[in-house]
Amino acid sequence: MFATTYAVTDVLVFAGATLLIITGALGVIVMKNPVHSALSLILALLGVAVAFLAQNADFLAAVEIIVYAGAIVVLFLFVIMFLGVDKSQHPHVEPLVGQRWLAALGVLVTVAGVVALMANSHWVSGVMSSSTGGVALSPGAGNVTQLGDSVFTTYLLSFEATAGLLIIAVVGAVLLARRERPADADRDDDLIDGDHFDADDHIDGEGREGDEGSEGEWWNVKAPATEEVES
Amino acid sequence: MSVPASWYLVLAAVLFGIGAFGVLTRRSALIMFMCIELMLNAVNLTFVTFARTMSDIGGQTTVFFIMVVAAAEVTVGLGIVVAVFRRRASTSVDELSELQG
Repeated sequence: MFATTYAVTDVLVFAGATLLIITGALGVIVMKNPVHSALSLILALLGVAVAFLAQNADFLAAVEIIVYAGAIVVLFLFVIMFLGVDKSQHPHVEPLVGQRWLAALGVLVTVAGVVALMANSHWVSGVMSSSTGGVALSPGAGNVTQLGDSVFTTYLLSFEATAGLLIIAVVGAVLLARRERPADADRDDDLIDGDHFDADDHIDGEGREGDEGSEGEWWNVKAPATEEVES
Repeated sequence: MSVPASWYLVLAAVLFGIGAFGVLTRRSALIMFMCIELMLNAVNLTFVTFARTMSDIGGQTTVFFIMVVAAAEVTVGLGIVVAVFRRRASTSVDELSELQG
């Protein structure tokens, strides 16, 4: 299958994508500072976008950069900044003896198994198969048209389901990240009932003052300085 | 001729392995989420590669839906991290050990 030589540009693009992806991925798991990990994640995602572009997935490459690098990583960074950068859990401390070596062994065995499986199967050895009956991919902008046709005809029901999924996720995130108001924290029965939607509940000056009175309660823990967090 | 699919598949396998190693070894919930994103992207890369090899747009459509689900997952997951941090003042998953026997 190596009878034909590959175009130099394709090999160079692949090498660049590989460099970006491996560097970024290693940076994510090695960096001590979570902010650096998030920035490394952007690097890896850019590499994946390059790999998408090289394989006629133009729309997905754009979405990869816009949604992943533009929205998801920004959300990560927002949460990191919101919680405070926590450097206490640096990767050199190993609470469970041998966990790292076992993890490395398991990952190596898994990856080696997958690669060995690929080496012995015909469908990855460069044989172009059209037995799926799918429409042939067209390079360039026609590819976007094909993807749009596929999403809005064959997978229309799934597309509508994702709309519901996103709405549920937004509502869930709002509920989860919602700060319990001091007025609620003072009244245990309201918390137990889960009744967070009283129309007459509103944050006012009295609620803020009541906050200090219940400072020792476990649900009222404020974000401390990072130095106080035990490793 | 363009680069064979197996190169991209091996790259995706390595990326998945790095992500899995991070999930298994790092203890900050935020870093674990990032590593899950790496693993999802490895799978996305595999899907796109097979879409090219098999000349079927279905692989790219699947990646589209995976991205939507990943966005929803990150939203809810980071909400959980924030909620846990409010109560425990830590994002380390080692602190969350109430369920052990």
